[in-house]
Amino acid sequence: MAGKTLYDKLWDSHVVRQEEDGTTLIYIDRHLVHEVTSPQAFEGLRLAGRSLWRPAANLATPDHNVPTTEREKGIVDPVSRIQVETLDHNCVDFGITEFGMDDPRQGIVHVIGPEQGATLPGMTVVCGDSHTSTHGAFAALAMGIGTSEVEHVLATQCLIQKKAKNMRVTVDGALSAGVTAKDVILAIIEKIGTAGGTGHTIEFAGSAIRGLTMEGRMTLCNMAIEAGARAGLVAVDEQTIEYVRGRPYSPAESHLPQAEAYWRGLKSDADASFDSEVLLRAEDIRPQVSWGTSPEMVVSIDDAVPDPQQESDPVKREGMINALNYMGLEAGMAITDIQLDKIFIGSCTNSRIEDIRAAAAIVRGHKVAGTISQAMVVPGSGLVKKQAEEEGLDTVFIDAGFEWRDPGCSMCLAMNADRLEEGERCASTSNRNFEGRQGRGGRTHLVSPVLAAAAAIAGHFIDPNRLEN
Amino acid sequence: MEKFTMVEAIVAPLDRPNVDTDAIIPKQFLKSIKRSGFGPNLFDEWRYLDVGEPGQDNSKRPLNEDFVLNQPRYQGARILLARENFGCGSSREHAPWALEDFGIKVIIAPSFADIFYNNCFKNGILPIVLNEKTVDDLFTAVEQNPGYKLIVNLPDQVITTPDATTINFDVDSFRKHSLLQGLDDIGLTLQHVNDIRAYEQRSCKLTPWLFKDMQCK
Ligand code: SF4
Repeated sequence: MAGKTLYDKLWDSHVVRQEEDGTTLIYIDRHLVHEVTSPQAFEGLRLAGRSLWRPAANLATPDHNVPTTEREKGIVDPVSRIQVETLDHNCVDFGITEFGMDDPRQGIVHVIGPEQGATLPGMTVVCGDSHTSTHGAFAALAMGIGTSEVEHVLATQCLIQKKAKNMRVTVDGALSAGVTAKDVILAIIEKIGTAGGTGHTIEFAGSAIRGLTMEGRMTLCNMAIEAGARAGLVAVDEQTIEYVRGRPYSPAESHLPQAEAYWRGLKSDADASFDSEVLLRAEDIRPQVSWGTSPEMVVSIDDAVPDPQQESDPVKREGMINALNYMGLEAGMAITDIQLDKIFIGSCTNSRIEDIRAAAAIVRGHKVAGTISQAMVVPGSGLVKKQAEEEGLDTVFIDAGFEWRDPGCSMCLAMNADRLEEGERCASTSNRNFEGRQGRGGRTHLVSPVLAAAAAIAGHFIDPNRLEN
Repeated sequence: MEKFTMVEAIVAPLDRPNVDTDAIIPKQFLKSIKRSGFGPNLFDEWRYLDVGEPGQDNSKRPLNEDFVLNQPRYQGARILLARENFGCGSSREHAPWALEDFGIKVIIAPSFADIFYNNCFKNGILPIVLNEKTVDDLFTAVEQNPGYKLIVNLPDQVITTPDATTINFDVDSFRKHSLLQGLDDIGLTLQHVNDIRAYEQRSCKLTPWLFKDMQCK
């Protein structure tokens, strides 16, 4: 019999019961909750007179709507405020631990889970947010769910699912200087397309992936959903275990040896077989920039905006033409000639301490270009912010002309006051460049923190290696 | 949830790939803490010429006459014909809520994003996957024939076109059953309380650090 993939192992160890047609009840170890996708779920529980199955398995924080400046004034937008207050009330009523807006540990739900050790290897982790795939970096089966499922998990600690297929994306070799996890995942999405992973769980493997830090692996798994996969995974290694040790929700000393032994088994067997395999060479990956309105519309920094006339598939061609119109770009124009208006460094993709350090290293000693109307750094959590300030990174950004904000989703989706105006162009470290994502008519280019920082200084996209000192 | 059986309705063609949930219901409407009332803001940025905000009187807003759902020939559409990877992006269930509130009962596409696909069933919407060629032919037929209607029969898993051609489709038996009966998943799962408890006891031994809040026997 063939061996098991990591996904097979995680799945098998969480099966509560299985019907003949493959419909399975799987157990959920950790449920993360935020303000946008939960109010209707709590309301549903109340209406049906249901209680929580296991309050301690839940952890909540507001992130999507919270202001990232002048937080002491509270939330100005009354609709946003009601939503955040509703989460506060629901957490009190149902006995869920919440890191509220004024808690130093508050932050983007996908940053605080791992930071707290609330995400552990071998767990099933869900959240009413598609970027829950982030937590797969810890060899946890982690996926986004809808609000009905949020309610289902609250009430039963289970999900009804069918098993997905296994896909493996292997990246072997060494990444070049200035190439980050973000570039790797953008290159993967460019290769397989935004529906390439649909119906699959993607395991990321290969020496280049092994070489990424835990933060880098989170960036990678975060965007598995942009490749169509509900979940992304990276096997456990010593780095994983090292990262997890000693965090507030991590296992107690007495359980550690047993836990670590269990975790070390969380990898695909050598003879496991995958339904599909994709290979990339690390050496081929250059810093990536998205040019269109879908995360698969990506090219390298040294390329030009592609020409729709070269595309043979008529549906795709039409999509490219629409995208270029929306983005206000001409086919054939050099990526480095694209002038920017705003810079956003943040989001659950790239707002961890390592991202902020990498951006600060580029920014240090430079000034934001005069043509950039706004450049901001929004740390992923209160603890990331604190850490960065202890390292003096806030001053590096502020001296250069960046705004240094409080943690939250911010301009990743512009649900709070941070947004692009019609026609404004932004280099953003977030994960989605859909029309209107960062504000109606706003134009988003997805890049790594390194590229975003370099673009802030130059005013246009530039290979960071070419930035003058 | 309302029971789903048979739908005979006008088909509206939305001819673009990768329609994401941000496009289906823009984020400013996600601030609602209710489940209903999203229909008037379905495809808000494409449907209206001005900027939509929660709490507006939508009947007074300028319409984008070119947008498919605003065209007179597609009024009353209950079936949406779409392209590949429909419903990609954010997991927001507000997307099927908006579609359902607008009156859409069936969506036909060559492929759907997983989370959206799943969310549809939980809200009484039937997503149907047909191969690209069939979808292409349907687009042509809809565009050429004003008033084009399809009959979608879930019990028999068959679509009938105006010229009586039939197209079979697949649907997972569990989901079909739930849709037909209008069943609530939570109620179904809670019939298996003993299985869930037994699982917890088993796992409590294997991975005790995940069950610090529980008594393991
Ligand atoms: S940072 Fe952006 S992608 Fe991440 S959870 Fe927040 S809104 Fe979603």
